[in-house]
Amino acid sequence: MPDRLAYAPGDVVRTYRHDPPHHTRLPRYARGKLGVVVEPEGRAPLADIRSQGRDDAPVEMVYAVRFAARDLWGEGDHDVVLDLSESYLRKADADVR
Amino acid sequence: MSGDHDDAVISRQVRLLESLLEERGIVGGDTVDEVIDGFLAGASPVNGAKVVARAWTDPAFKERLLADGAAAVGELGFAAGGVQHQRLRVAENTDSVHNVIVCTLCSCYPLRLLGPSPGWYKSEAYRSRVVREPLAVLAEFGVTLPDDVKVTVWDSSAETRYMVLPRRPAGTDGLSEPDLATLVTRNGLIGTALV
Repeated sequence: MPDRLAYAPGDVVRTYRHDPPHHTRLPRYARGKLGVVVEPEGRAPLADIRSQGRDDAPVEMVYAVRFAARDLWGEGDHDVVLDLSESYLRKADADVR
Repeated sequence: MSGDHDDAVISRQVRLLESLLEERGIVGGDTVDEVIDGFLAGASPVNGAKVVARAWTDPAFKERLLADGAAAVGELGFAAGGVQHQRLRVAENTDSVHNVIVCTLCSCYPLRLLGPSPGWYKSEAYRSRVVREPLAVLAEFGVTLPDDVKVTVWDSSAETRYMVLPRRPAGTDGLSEPDLATLVTRNGLIGTALV
């Protein structure tokens, strides 16, 4: 297991946009949105795979990611923090599906 | 795809599994109920209140609590979540930040520290609205915050569980740790009340 983390605190990331046909732990309201990594939270099996009853779920780093309400909803002054698996995230400037 | 669990299907599956386990003598008829009762017996917001009172009176404990919640509550004999080990993040309210917890995908909750969650916490209305318009939701709970206080909503979307560390009320300097604990409410630990 590589020790190097894909994202560091302060990194700007974008969540995936698509709507998978299976369970996922990226809520709809936070899809395709820009956020800032707070910190890594520890590794966990990817719920998207595990929830399909498969035993080959990759164990991924989960990151706390902070989103500004304005970026989520177009309004509001609060922040929302979500815990998101590494494969839900891309570097902010990367091409996002 | 996300949203509500299909209670009917999962309940049927669990009942079937339970009866098969009993039929084959793998677990006794009361075993499952006993385990669940034992687990819930220790689950109460009194636990969270004790953690808060310790943090208010012991700055070194507070520092450890904010750095690694699960380890710090472990010092007091508590666990964060369910049967398995769970990370706990304690979000501290200050004069500039107010924290609220939610689980928009289901109803994740630090059960051991806060007891069984209230019905409204699991409601579609709370889960969908508090991430979008927390000030309006808080106002319905009777909480109004000064304009310069920023709200952070923690959506428990993975394995970490959250608890709010409320601000210590003014004029409580003379109170003992047990007396301070009596001031802390369940909603204060969720962030839908001030203490």
